[in-house]
Amino acid sequence: MSALEGLIAPAQEGAEKRALPARARRFGTLRLFVLGAVLPLGAALLWELAVRAGLASGRLMPPPSTILATLVELARSGDLALHVKATLARVAAGFALGVAAGTLLGMLAGASGLARALIDPSLQGLRAIPSIAWVPLFILWLGIFEASKVTLIAVGVAFPIYLGTLGAILSVDRKIVEVGRSFRLTRLQLATRILLPAVLPHYVVALRAGLGLGWMFVVAAEFMGASEGLGYLLVDGQQLGKPAQIVAAIVVFAVLGKLTDALLVAASAPLLRWEDTDSHAAAAREG
Amino acid sequence: MLRLEGLAKTYPTGTKALAGLTLDVEAAEIVAVVGGSGCGKSTLLRLVAGLGRPSAGRVLIDGEPIAAPHPAVGIVFQEPRLLPWRSVARNIGFGLAHLPREEREARVAAALARIGLADHARRWPRELSGGQAQRVALARALVAQPRVLLLDEPFSALDAFTRADLQEHLLALWADTRPTLVLVTHDIEEALVLADRVVVMQPHPGRVAAVLPVDLPRPRAPGTAAFDALKGDILAILGPIRRTVAAVAA
Repeated sequence: MSALEGLIAPAQEGAEKRALPARARRFGTLRLFVLGAVLPLGAALLWELAVRAGLASGRLMPPPSTILATLVELARSGDLALHVKATLARVAAGFALGVAAGTLLGMLAGASGLARALIDPSLQGLRAIPSIAWVPLFILWLGIFEASKVTLIAVGVAFPIYLGTLGAILSVDRKIVEVGRSFRLTRLQLATRILLPAVLPHYVVALRAGLGLGWMFVVAAEFMGASEGLGYLLVDGQQLGKPAQIVAAIVVFAVLGKLTDALLVAASAPLLRWEDTDSHAAAAREG
Repeated sequence: MLRLEGLAKTYPTGTKALAGLTLDVEAAEIVAVVGGSGCGKSTLLRLVAGLGRPSAGRVLIDGEPIAAPHPAVGIVFQEPRLLPWRSVARNIGFGLAHLPREEREARVAAALARIGLADHARRWPRELSGGQAQRVALARALVAQPRVLLLDEPFSALDAFTRADLQEHLLALWADTRPTLVLVTHDIEEALVLADRVVVMQPHPGRVAAVLPVDLPRPRAPGTAAFDALKGDILAILGPIRRTVAAVAA
């Protein structure tokens, strides 16, 4: 019976692994990319044609060519660089502060049950407050300029990082920790040689979630009064009735958000090559 | 060499996993501990490994009592428990961080060759089969050159072919440095193939029911008259225990 299982099991396992990335296998990576682009590009093209044919005015929803022209104009005047720089600086500062705070608190709560009992209920309570609700208070405390904006972003980023760090530490496999103990690792060695690498995949996911929220909160922060930044472009576009500028700013947000996320993923990839995921299995099969 | 003295363990839930177990194991001896589930075999091993503290009694190695994981004691678990972020070679060298790099690498290379996985040195654990992973776990425990090696049902998750292969492998590796082996298993044939002595345990509370010497020439295999007679003896001891447990449970 068990001998038979031995013969059958590997075959089944192989079949399962082959079946999993069926989507990627059927279409290929490039074709998947093209298929995903059909809908948005098609819609843009249709709208462009509709406006050109006079079927729609395109006043409130400008056609792609107008948006592109607006982007080019913003870039040429140097305004785009100015606004992108201001927004990037805020996200970077807020993200860095939020990551530092969230990671420290998460590590503290993960390392000791006493610390967890002390700080976790309070943090969970604070987390239940919509971060935007802090805005009036932050402005009173820190003024209307950079400090209150960066603080708002940091608060928004810190919670997912805290939750991700704590959850990752608590879910580390007891059995692997026991291997470390059986080799007489000290607490510090356990932390650096076992916990840190074990926690890393979850932590990267938490960082990505935090970065996403950072981009969300920078808009909120820039809505509360800014003279530069992509959020300012949005408000300015609304007040002066320039929908093309609004959509252009939205496009820049999308590109920056995607780029910074890709950067984070690329930076962490060499550290996570060992993961037993389906994408690795697919890569092994193909190359 | 390894002495368990009145070893007892009561868990906070009140479960008496072990009650007053005394056992002497000689240097280079292979002892198998068999018994049904819940008879305290794994608890016993965890206490010797220093991963748990006894409620009473003590564990002595060459007369020295141990309360925490000891450098002379290595352990192999039921699962390979390899660190997925380390290559096969770096998994084997995990317990050798205190050695100079050259010596560590030399020992790891020798161990890799010894388990027949020299060409897998740079692979990730996820790329290994179950049998290969368990061989790496064995090598990881053995490169630290323990004087006592504990094995907690190390082959129970493997298929019959791989299990037989690994049992043979274990004996070959054991012959290199001849550490004392304590093997916990629920497979009576495995115990008889490997051990010099078989300790039969009974539950509620966990204690020794019988100790049987296995005076058979190696290599051993089921099917010979003497082997099957011993197997019959162990089953005869375990049978009434099982019935009592069933009666208590009912």
